[in-house]
Amino acid sequence: MSELSSNLIRRDPRAEWIARNRLHPLHDSIMAASGAEVRGPSGLIRKNPHIVGFIGPNGIKRIDRANTTSGIGNKKRSSVIQEVVLPLHQVVNPEGYIFVVPDMVGGRLTTHDKDVLGLAHKLIKEQSDTQNMAVVAVCFGESKETQFELAGVDRLIHLSGSQFDGFTPEARLTALQQINNQYQPKHWLFPDSINGGTDLASRLAARLGERAAAQAWQVSAIQTVCRGASGSVDIVRETPKILMLLEECGDAIDETRHEVLPLSVDDMGLLEKIDTRLIDKGLMAVDPNEVPLAEAEFILSAGNGIHNWDQFHECAKELGATEGASRVAVDDGFMPRARQVGASGTWVTARVYLAVGISGAIQHMQGIGQCEKIVAINTDAGCDMIKRADLAIVEDSEEVLAELIRLVKQHNLFKEQEEKDDAA
Amino acid sequence: MLPNGEHSVKVVSLVSIGRHPQSGRSRRAEQDGRAVELGLKLAGDNLTVVHAGDSQEPVLRQYAGMGLNALTVLSQEADGDALPLMYDFLSQSDANVLLMGIRAESGESSGMLPYLLAEKLGWPLLSRVADIVHINQREAEVLLALPRGQRRSVTVSLPFVATIDNAAIEARQTAFGPGLRAKINLIENQKITDDTATAWQISPAKPRPKRMKVVKAKNAADRFKAATAKPAGGGGKIMKNETPAEKAQAIFDLLLEEKVIR
Ligand SMILES: Cc1cc2nc3c(=O)[nH]c(=O)nc-3n(C[C@H](O)[C@H](O)[C@H](O)COP(=O)(O)OP(=O)(O)OC[C@H]3O[C@@H](n4cnc5c(N)ncnc54)[C@H](O)[C@@H]3O)c2cc1C
Repeated sequence: MSELSSNLIRRDPRAEWIARNRLHPLHDSIMAASGAEVRGPSGLIRKNPHIVGFIGPNGIKRIDRANTTSGIGNKKRSSVIQEVVLPLHQVVNPEGYIFVVPDMVGGRLTTHDKDVLGLAHKLIKEQSDTQNMAVVAVCFGESKETQFELAGVDRLIHLSGSQFDGFTPEARLTALQQINNQYQPKHWLFPDSINGGTDLASRLAARLGERAAAQAWQVSAIQTVCRGASGSVDIVRETPKILMLLEECGDAIDETRHEVLPLSVDDMGLLEKIDTRLIDKGLMAVDPNEVPLAEAEFILSAGNGIHNWDQFHECAKELGATEGASRVAVDDGFMPRARQVGASGTWVTARVYLAVGISGAIQHMQGIGQCEKIVAINTDAGCDMIKRADLAIVEDSEEVLAELIRLVKQHNLFKEQEEKDDAA
Repeated sequence: MLPNGEHSVKVVSLVSIGRHPQSGRSRRAEQDGRAVELGLKLAGDNLTVVHAGDSQEPVLRQYAGMGLNALTVLSQEADGDALPLMYDFLSQSDANVLLMGIRAESGESSGMLPYLLAEKLGWPLLSRVADIVHINQREAEVLLALPRGQRRSVTVSLPFVATIDNAAIEARQTAFGPGLRAKINLIENQKITDDTATAWQISPAKPRPKRMKVVKAKNAADRFKAATAKPAGGGGKIMKNETPAEKAQAIFDLLLEEKVIR
């Protein structure tokens, strides 16, 4: 309700009346406040150059030539951006399917996944006059994605049983084989990536006896161009059933919404029969500081706002985070040069970037452009890092880090206890 | 080095002809070299190194120079299909570990060979192996290389196929003389051509077009904004007045949810 009313233009009849009546005692002050036209004693319009514009957030005067905020009495004309509702793309009774198996790194679609979904729609559009087809995404394990509808998923198969958690290529392959038998899709599209796409695609191709195209980058319904010989040649071939696609193989969907209707898979009982000859023993603990900074998944980064460096290093160790730093921290000698994040340091791709006492200078922000979640701890609520952050904490870094260390220690202790209980 | 392996497992490493990324000259392939290195670690002198192709290829001597006494070559034309030859060879041998690179550096480099072999042999397959930590007659403990420098530990029953990641231990230097002296066991085969592949057109790689940032703004003000505005995160959560403990808890919850701390 309140959202709706804030968009309405509110007229203030009294203010308008005073504005019309030059003899009203409040006329001058209202006019000054509204910035509307003022007439001099001879009837000429007088402009007061000092009341043009407004003071911007950084204290500099801004003049708004687009006139988006003018008008008498309705200073509340809010600039809330109207959320555009994209047209819904519906597929009724599809005759065929294109299946996409996204990587879903961290439970979300990657840009690579979205490109592949976009390509699937392009392939459908090319042959839309002959066949009515839908794009189906097959996701394994936990999903945190909330934007399937904007990424171009018409139908969704979400297989989330415990048999698909962790490293389970055999279970996933069996599921895909089952889906293939049931739906006989026109194509299977996979991102050609180290996040599991290539592996699963190759397994499926070997199982189905299809000759897959790997490293494909230019795909139409008839012809596929893929890279071969470690990227030195282009191979032009007929488009096969199974494709492993390079990044930027297609354009992600951005003009339509999609239905994301669930699609069922029969006879998942088949899954109980697989003999798993690969037994997952879980992830190994690796020293986070051995991981190259550009590849690290979780970075704890220090800036000029860190005063207790021992505490910072302890926190990184407890969290298992790779250490990063802003240029100031490096220049001042607190961190080695190799740890610098930013334009003249390393461009990082962390999934979670925890910036402590970093103001967010543009040279630093360039380096973290590809990070997914940014958490900022800073005393200055107006700094750029706070504005960019997904979770912003306005507080002294030392206090928050101390609390964080306490929490993690408690968590680790609890986990150890649990493991002991399990072993017992 | 190996607690109870005692070099008793039979390891086969498959090697191919690599391609230097800059000069394009043939060389010892990066991942195949690592597969030989890992094979030497597991089996020592019992390692069998197999190549399908031309036995006169000088690059084979670079593999041999890693300390091999002999090399097996399944003779084949350049446009031949390696899969049936390899399958025949392996099904007749008593090998129980098969190592190779992820993708060849020449030819189609689709990376399908290990998968097709594993499927035909009925062996489990592990891709992107960083190390084989422990192996005995029944099973092996394998470290997989995951993105972002992570490692996963997996146990697998023998026999199995493994493709070797660039994170595995680097191939040792090759010695020229011993490489020349190594014996080459040639196994002749009848010619099997890869018929599908002969229909393909192959040309030098074209540079891929860079993706442009297209701004789909309807009016000038929006276009101007898109060109000049700083990238803003879509309205994050700001915590100002809570206690430090609550704030730390919020961070901690986010880290747990993102699974960066376990
Ligand atoms: C050519 C060039 C290249 C550059 N390249 C890089 C680069 O690659 N990487 C890079 O990082 N910089 C780079 N810079 C420098 C960059 O412009 C900034 O100067 C630098 O990033 C600022 O670092 P900072 O945020 O740590 O320090 P500051 O800007 O000093 O920010 C410190 C922040 O900490 C906060 N703070 C202070 N005390 C506390 C406390 N107790 N608790 C919590 N918060 C606190 C403050 O509010 C402030 O926001 C480059 C500059 C140039 C000119």
